[in-house]
Formats: sequence, C-alpha cells, structure tokens
Amino acid sequence: MPDERGAAGLVPAVAGFDLDRPWRLHPQVSVRPESFGALLYHFGTRKLSFLKEPALLALVEALPAHASARAAAAAVGLPAASLGRYQQALATLAASSMIVEGSPL
Amino acid sequence: MTTTAPARLVDHFARGLAAPICLTWELTYACNLACRHCLSSSGRRDPRELTTAECRAVIDELERLQVFYVNIGGGEPTVRADFWELVDYATAHHVGVKFSTNGVRITPEVAARLAASDYVDVQISLDGATAEVNDAVRGAGSYDTAVRAMTNLAEAGFRGFKLSVVVTRQNVGQLDAFAALADRYGAQLRLTRLRPSGRGADVWDELHPTAAQQRELYDWLVAAGENVLTGDSFFHLSAYGQALPGLNLCGAGRVVCLIDPVGDVYACPFAIHDEFLAGNVRDTGGFTGVWRSSELFAALREPQSAGACASCGHFDACQGGCMAAKFFTGLPLDGPDPECVVGHGVDALLARGDAAPPKPSVDHSRPVRAAGRRGSGPVPVTIGRAPSVLSPALPPVSACQENPLAGFDPAAVGR
Repeated sequence: MPDERGAAGLVPAVAGFDLDRPWRLHPQVSVRPESFGALLYHFGTRKLSFLKEPALLALVEALPAHASARAAAAAVGLPAASLGRYQQALATLAASSMIVEGSPL
Repeated sequence: MTTTAPARLVDHFARGLAAPICLTWELTYACNLACRHCLSSSGRRDPRELTTAECRAVIDELERLQVFYVNIGGGEPTVRADFWELVDYATAHHVGVKFSTNGVRITPEVAARLAASDYVDVQISLDGATAEVNDAVRGAGSYDTAVRAMTNLAEAGFRGFKLSVVVTRQNVGQLDAFAALADRYGAQLRLTRLRPSGRGADVWDELHPTAAQQRELYDWLVAAGENVLTGDSFFHLSAYGQALPGLNLCGAGRVVCLIDPVGDVYACPFAIHDEFLAGNVRDTGGFTGVWRSSELFAALREPQSAGACASCGHFDACQGGCMAAKFFTGLPLDGPDPECVVGHGVDALLARGDAAPPKPSVDHSRPVRAAGRRGSGPVPVTIGRAPSVLSPALPPVSACQENPLAGFDPAAVGR
C-alpha cells in the first residue's frame, strides 16, 4: 500500500488560500484521472494526493488558464455558494506544494 | 455522480482503480542473504527471469498507465547486472523508483549517485536494532552491511531514505531504538507486518508478535502518527480503537499488486501462490491486460463477504485483516485474521485442527546445507594424517604397524 498520501478535500485546511491569485499545478506533479476524480503525484516530494470529486479535478485543470482561482471556478461552472469548500481543498493542495502560485499562461 | 457510485474514497479503492497506486516489482529471486522470514522464498535466480528488454517493455506500460512509482524488491534487486540501467530507464520514463535492499551494493559511489536523483528512493531492510537481533533472522554480517549502507547514504547527503523493519516478537521491544537509528542517519522509519508468506510460514509461530506485543505496537504507532510509515500493513490493529493513519483496507488486486521476477502478476506481494496468480506480463495484453481483465482481480473488486466476521462489532475497523495472513495460516479468507486483536484468530487456528496450511507454489530458497558442512564453498581436504603435536613429531604410522601404542599421542588425549 502507498506510504505517502494526503487527500485534498478530506483534511480541513490549516492556512488560508488566496482565491484572487493565479495558481497552477507544480511542474513536477502528474495527474491521473480516476472514476472518483483524480490521483496527483508530486515527483519532488514523493507525495500522493487524491482529488475526490471530478469537479475539483476540472477546477485544478482550469487554474493555469485564468488570472485567479476564483475566475477558474467560475469558468468551470462551480456555484459561488460552494466556493468555500473548494477553497479548503485548494489550500490543502497548496500546503503540500501540489499547486503553486504563478502567472497564467 | 450516479446514485450507485460510492460516496467514500475508500469505497472507490475497494472497487479497483484504473491502474495500481502501489505496485511492487520483484526483479530477481537471487539474493545474497537467506532471511528466515523471506516472503518470496528468495535465494536462487530463476532462469526464466524477465530480460532487460522485457523489463523495459513493462516500464513503458507503467508509464502509459501513469503508475507514478514502483516499489522494486526481490530477492536483492541490486544484484541484477542491469539494475541501474533499469532504474535510469524507469525514471527517464516518468516512473519513480523506490527500491528495497539489504545494502550490499550501496557503496559510497552508488550512494552519491542516488542522493543526486529526485526520482529514486531507497529502503534499507533491517530487522533488529542490534546486530544480535537482526542477524538471527537476516544472517551473520547483515546488520553491518545495512549500517554501512546507511552511513554511505547519510554521508552522500541522501535525506529521508527509509529504514524498513519487519516487526517481530524479537524486535518489537526495540521500536524506540529503531526510531533513534533512523534519526541518526537522517532516515525515516518504516514498520511493516510479518506475514506467514514464503519462508515466513516456517517461522511465523516463532516470530510473530504476541497479543500483548501487538497492543504495545498499536499504542506506539498511534503515538508516532504520520512520522512512521507502515505501508498500511497494520490495519488489523485498528480494531483496538482509533484507526491508524492510512486507507485501512486490503488493497490486493484493487490498488496493489505484485509483478514477480518471471513476470507473474499476483494480487499482492504477500500472496505468491497459484491461488492469487492473475496472469503474466508476457501474456498477450501485457500487464495492462492482466490488471484490467483478470478474473481474479475482478472477483477481488466485488463486494467481499464478511463471513464469520459479519457479527463482530469491529469488522468496520479491521475489515477482517490480511488475506495473505489468513491464507498461509490455513484460515478461511472470509473469517478472522490469525492475529485478530479480539482473539477470534486464535480460536480459528484451533478450529483448523491439524489441517496443514497451504505451501507456497514458488520456492527459490537455496538448497539446505548438508549436515556437518558450513557454507557451500570448497571442502578443505588434507592428504595424509593430521600432524602430531609432539616435538619432535611422531613419525607417520603405517597401516601394517602392530604396536598397540602406535600413533598414541599423549598430548592429544586431553583435547
């Protein structure tokens, strides 16, 4: 069984997450789609993460094309009311360097 | 999401993933050691071992399946002549490598090279925090070999390699000492469960922790939390109360599998037996075909019966424990684990009676040494008789000598 893991969306965020900054996947992170969402693996930290909703995967994939996480969420059609939940998930991903701040492509 | 899709992540895992998360690949059955509890009964190289080209083809498949990393083991994988070549090939193809070794090939040069790679992790096996405890299981000199390897890795600046320990009755009292040892070399401690697999079946009664030791271990793991890795191997202990960190399910054939040195694919690394053989990477369709289409894996991904455990209030916590541990102790798969913490396993073992547990179908152990001989090297032979200890030496005694004191050596009498 895997030794290293974390589950985005399962663990309460410990730090805040700035929805108004641009974000993207860390260049050393690979994404493997699965029926529940996706697996993320960071080759640098050797950490595994699970995106437990397809909508969260869509949001993460949309991040680099938008000037802010908020804009990416709007673009993939996430209701504004549920943004807090996704913000927590993104904070968890940022805390483990799965996503990093960066300018949009 | 459809109404039939499970809500919890762990239920998705129980139904199997598109590819394994945790794939163990044993590259060779050859080993310089002969650990008493070896779960793959390793020793001799199998002549049908996958060739370099076949290994590369497997790596190509793993890259396509996005298997992010493989856990390479054996045998002692580093004794394969193409080991470093295969490691380089895997990392160049986005398949990270974590390999288990007894340390025999981790020279300062190799350590420096490993420290320079982000994509390779090393796991040094050690089953005693002292040479005495370790060498009794892993063989004379194996403690020193492992410590030398850890020294070389630490001196090369490799941080966070793993010190991997199989918890036994003899070393369970050394958990703090293992943690200190890992700290000393900048390593992370990894503890795993002793399985009655391979040669482990022969020593399980003697080596597996007692019920009281299991409780000690559980409390120690709860206190250690995420700092100590376990590969989820102690989920049967979750029935004590609080779940241990991890997925707490049997991943066999669902998120885990094993490729053995000849390409056979088994449901998990602890289940090298025809009963758990799903196919071979040399089959048409390769590894991908086995993972996606094997009947065995399909059956494992179906909801499992709790069987005799159905009425137990702890089933949700322990899930009935480890399939391989049950199988190789001769217990039914839909019943308690032999180390069930509420004692149902002990009852089940008694109920089993004299029925012999299944033997491994695959055994690469080196032949047992002939009585009176140590080692398999040349036999020392001296022509003539043993030298006299008298000074001056007695002359050789011929076969025709009739003197009753012929060859009598007073100095030798007391020896």
